[in-house]
Amino acid sequence: MLPPVFGVLFDGLAYGMLLFVLSVGLSVTLGLMNFVNLAHCAFAMLGGYVTVTLVNEFGWPFLATLPVAFIAAAIVSVALERTLYRRLYRSSDLDQVLLTIGLAFISVAIAAYIFGTTQQPVETPGLLRGSVNVLGLGLGKYRLFLVGVALVVTALLVAGLEYTRFGAQVRAAVDNQRMARGVGIDVDRTFASTFALGSGLAGLGGALAIEIVGLDPNFAFTYLVYVLIIVSVGGLGSIAGSFAAAILIGVSDVAGKYYAPELGAFLIYLVMVVVLMWRPAGLFGRR
Amino acid sequence: MVPAATTVTPQAYLQARSRWHPLEIAFWLATLLPFVLFPNYLSLASQIAITALFALSLDIILGYAGIVSLGHAAFFGIGAYTAGLISKFGWGEPISGLIVAAAVAGLVGFALSFVIARFRHFTLIMITLGLGLLAFEAANRAHWLTGGSDGLQGISIWPVLGLFKFDLYGYTAYTYSLAVLFVVFLGARRLINSPFGLALRGIRENWVRMPAIGADSRAHIRKAYTIAAAIAGLAGAVLAQTTENVSLESISFQRSADVLVMLVLGGAGRLYGGLVGAIIFMVARDQFSGIAPQYWYFWIGVLLITVVMVLPNGIVGGLSHIYGRWRRK
Repeated sequence: MLPPVFGVLFDGLAYGMLLFVLSVGLSVTLGLMNFVNLAHCAFAMLGGYVTVTLVNEFGWPFLATLPVAFIAAAIVSVALERTLYRRLYRSSDLDQVLLTIGLAFISVAIAAYIFGTTQQPVETPGLLRGSVNVLGLGLGKYRLFLVGVALVVTALLVAGLEYTRFGAQVRAAVDNQRMARGVGIDVDRTFASTFALGSGLAGLGGALAIEIVGLDPNFAFTYLVYVLIIVSVGGLGSIAGSFAAAILIGVSDVAGKYYAPELGAFLIYLVMVVVLMWRPAGLFGRR
Repeated sequence: MVPAATTVTPQAYLQARSRWHPLEIAFWLATLLPFVLFPNYLSLASQIAITALFALSLDIILGYAGIVSLGHAAFFGIGAYTAGLISKFGWGEPISGLIVAAAVAGLVGFALSFVIARFRHFTLIMITLGLGLLAFEAANRAHWLTGGSDGLQGISIWPVLGLFKFDLYGYTAYTYSLAVLFVVFLGARRLINSPFGLALRGIRENWVRMPAIGADSRAHIRKAYTIAAAIAGLAGAVLAQTTENVSLESISFQRSADVLVMLVLGGAGRLYGGLVGAIIFMVARDQFSGIAPQYWYFWIGVLLITVVMVLPNGIVGGLSHIYGRWRRK
């Protein structure tokens, strides 16, 4: 028999895994191009709405919609990257912040126009409902599924970055962009692909998040804060950093809600500010 | 900034910039028009003046010193709550309330400026965002002091100078806000056209090179940040006094984001940028939100993208570019 604190830890872990899937794409694109993309969670929201529409309007099974959410977010993000983002790679932080906040505002308004401002329900398959009993703890099946998905994503990302040609190009471009261009790597194209991958993962995260945190048009801003916190605490461009930071933030958020509800989100913001003052480049950042 | 062909001494350059242009005088005379033309919209006009003051304070750090802040509403909120609390606990004299509120916001700003001056770029954006959110959560949680989400009730402000009571139509409110805005604007104008203001612009253009020519970037940023915080607190205090109410909205992220949008729309790094941006933003919001409040942000988004893509120096920047070309013909 395990004491209930492990149940809280498990919930925090599952929540952290969800946040990791949402934020890892932003971490890589920020590290790669230094592009401050505040519209990242708008892509996550897009994925969420794709899943909701397919399940509720077309009767697709939930699991089958997940790849579609990934692909839809990836395609839309590449379209925006080619038309808007790429013109601002050399601009100031401020211009990038403004452009992407503008996109996030537009996405919120469009989502409210099409789907209304209410929470969207989605039906998960029976397989993922209920909980399993492990050593006296009721672990939610859906949360176990989340942990599994996040571990698979992490394994694929790490393996892809370590052992493929594309991964080597990405790492080279993150480390030294000018040198990478010098040896003939098409950094712009690498970035476009990475951006699509990152936004696609956000879309997947958005679809997975519906069951845990719900989906409404404010998603693009509510979770943006969490994602930014994870990215900055973890360190730009570091997958391991994002992973550790996501667990840290997920567990402290859930534990804070259980044990000190009067603090609210105070704890998370405090963790972020303190970590950044202590290590401005994040826990695992190199620069 | 057009470099003159002949050599200009720094003194002459600053003097030329600090001379009043006829258009500026026309602008300030035009701010009196609402009394005659739109007497029903005076409370909106008062809101615009307050927001313009807030945008001006952001302009000093963002437009001139180049420090992006996503949490500037913290100082606005601190000023508003300070002014509100002073009056709630029995001292309703407005002008001394303003001074205390500005001093408190300035002190907090001074303390935080040591943090702000140490960081740059993405880390700085995240720290300002985090501090802004912390301030919001603190105000939200301190229900016993601030009233939390119910807002701070029970403020009553004595007549200005013992003569002018805050009326329902906003005559006093607009006069009061406009007077504060004008006085602060004169100060800011003086500051920006001083060697200190020039040094701030130098820091914006090159953070590393300024210390090399004898202007310590961090010390300058600390001063500018403290001044901006005090002005933001002043703006918040005016809002609290004229509306006799302080809501959580005054310290929220939304307000930080809105003021950033206004400033950039009008033109950051120009004294009139924040003022023009505030006028356009507030009037547009007043008109649009009557039709469909939740789609208002769609247009803000479109506007932002257009400004970033087409008008990098904002509306005032674009206009002064056209004006400059026209003058040279």
